[in-house]
Amino acid sequence: MKNKIVLAMAATFALGSTVAMAQDPIQIVYIGKNTGNPYFDSISGGFEDACAELNCEYQFVAPATAEATSQIPLIEAQIQRGVDVIGIAPNSPDALNQVLDSAKAQGILVLTVNGDLVGNESHRDATILPVDFTKTGPNQVELMGSMIDYKGEIAILSATTEAPDQNTWIAAMNDTLENDPKYKDMNLVATVYGDDQPEKSTTEMEALLANYPDLVGVIAPTTVGIAAAAQVVQSRGIANTVHVTGLGLPSEMRDFIKDGTVSAFQLWSPYNEGWLAVHFALGVLDGSIKNEVGETFEVPNLGTIKIDELNAMNTQAELTTFDASNIDDFDF
Amino acid sequence: MNALGTSETGATSAAKPTRPGWQTALIRPETMTFVLLIIGVIGASMLSPFFLDINYILRSFTLSAEIALVALVLTMVIIAGEIDLSAASNMALSACLFAFAQQAGIPMPIAIGIGLLAGLAMGGFNALMVVGLQLPSIIVTIGTLIAYRGLAQVIAGDKSIRVPDWFIGINNQMILGIPLPVVLFVLTSIVLGLVLSATIYGRQIYQVGTNEMAARHAGIRSKKIKVGLFLLLGLASAVAGLMTASRLGSVRYDIALGGELQMVLMAMLGGTYIFGGRGSILGTFLAAWLLVIVSTGMTVANLLPAVQLTVLGILLIVAIIATNFIYSRAQR
Repeated sequence: MKNKIVLAMAATFALGSTVAMAQDPIQIVYIGKNTGNPYFDSISGGFEDACAELNCEYQFVAPATAEATSQIPLIEAQIQRGVDVIGIAPNSPDALNQVLDSAKAQGILVLTVNGDLVGNESHRDATILPVDFTKTGPNQVELMGSMIDYKGEIAILSATTEAPDQNTWIAAMNDTLENDPKYKDMNLVATVYGDDQPEKSTTEMEALLANYPDLVGVIAPTTVGIAAAAQVVQSRGIANTVHVTGLGLPSEMRDFIKDGTVSAFQLWSPYNEGWLAVHFALGVLDGSIKNEVGETFEVPNLGTIKIDELNAMNTQAELTTFDASNIDDFDF
Repeated sequence: MNALGTSETGATSAAKPTRPGWQTALIRPETMTFVLLIIGVIGASMLSPFFLDINYILRSFTLSAEIALVALVLTMVIIAGEIDLSAASNMALSACLFAFAQQAGIPMPIAIGIGLLAGLAMGGFNALMVVGLQLPSIIVTIGTLIAYRGLAQVIAGDKSIRVPDWFIGINNQMILGIPLPVVLFVLTSIVLGLVLSATIYGRQIYQVGTNEMAARHAGIRSKKIKVGLFLLLGLASAVAGLMTASRLGSVRYDIALGGELQMVLMAMLGGTYIFGGRGSILGTFLAAWLLVIVSTGMTVANLLPAVQLTVLGILLIVAIIATNFIYSRAQR
């Protein structure tokens, strides 16, 4: 025990100088929800390209699983590494509060990217969301409705029970289904969670089909979920009776669109979130952008970005709908 | 330090010419853990220049301190020839009951009492099944592993429950510059280490685990010992659950999810024999540090989770092989 501490101290002194030198270019790290989730490759691509252009150092890390506390050691590690900016897609709206506070206390700029700490916004500096998330739920319900003539039993296949963004959309979907008379004949029978794991999502989808034989539609507002749901529908050849839609990646969904398993789905460009995050972060660090509500700034390819209430920024106004007519135009 | 371990080799060495002290020390499984720990520290320092910082290592240890604390008591249960896989679920359920109670307006001291009593009761239930009804502990506790976690989700739902501000941040309480959870872990190690190696009760635990029949014929009340251990483990789990609640600032049903594997891993890495009768608190103590050092080192080096899991798996297999080899040699 004693030896270790002595060794540790000696080495810390020895390494002190290199640590200080390594801080020259701005270091940005993005912490995804979990590994093996291709959606984050796309966001990460935006970070990477922007950093290549603006000369910063970028790294992507993610825990093995998307449970609430799995990102904590990663955040601790980034604090220790002395990065300048932490971008994170939080796995929990409140379990990260304490560790994000200590990151902020170290002077690190903390941005939530692609999901926010709903109700705990004071524990990050700003959030970058692809679209105004209050419209995501209603947009998805409308797309589902248009596929099933606005009547019948539908279900939702989501990510984890905790996922803050998915839960916001699901709440909005419930709200829209209950209060908008246009959707009065659509009946939400179940909301299930595939934990953003392909196998679990597949199992949950099969259970839905078994439990609700009259099911006509499934909304999966997560890229892992919609791909799993479409796979089940495709292998059973029931695309005419059960309609799948949700939020998906064009690259993963292309084959399902082409063979008619899925007629349309929606998303935004995750790539642009990374792109915007880097431009914003560097702007804030060099003083050219003020992180205050109401401020506007220009970002190449995205135009004018405005900082909304709670320091939130969107990369685009509405969801993009992908179908057979435009799927080939997107490569992420 | 050796006083903390077993002295199982005492009988064999008496028959032969006495082995030199260094040799007896070398063939102890804790030596292997200690050597791995040193290698771990050196390896992690080579992986990342940010690793060797005693404050960072201590801070990282607090993330596992709760699990490690429970692992100490679990070590005693395993030495007594039983296993308890429900301890991590117990942590979650005790914490949920505590959080639920204080949210319902029950004063904090009573709410804490409810949490601790719940932990004891869960340990008692395991004891009733295993000792009272003579059921195999591995089956019983796999059952309660699932049931306790399920019950926690029934109570807390999918939401997180906040705890009062003054209760938050046990990991930021410093005693002589060391985070409180680490201090608690070290003190518990010393106390349990002394109990196990230097008291009659401790001796009896080894005898029960080595050969329960023989122990009972020798007048050792094995049932009483086992019930006591299950109760102690239940209590320790509840304390750990409350510590986790304090560290995170909120409680969810999935606190310490999968923690039972980490606990067993710590005991096994520390040279505890899965079939009972052998092992030591010192071993588990060292193994807890080893696990934290290895995973922290890999995390701060931004290694992929897949690599980390592979390394941890290999580490366990190495430890099992070494332990078996050492024990079979010690028996000759």
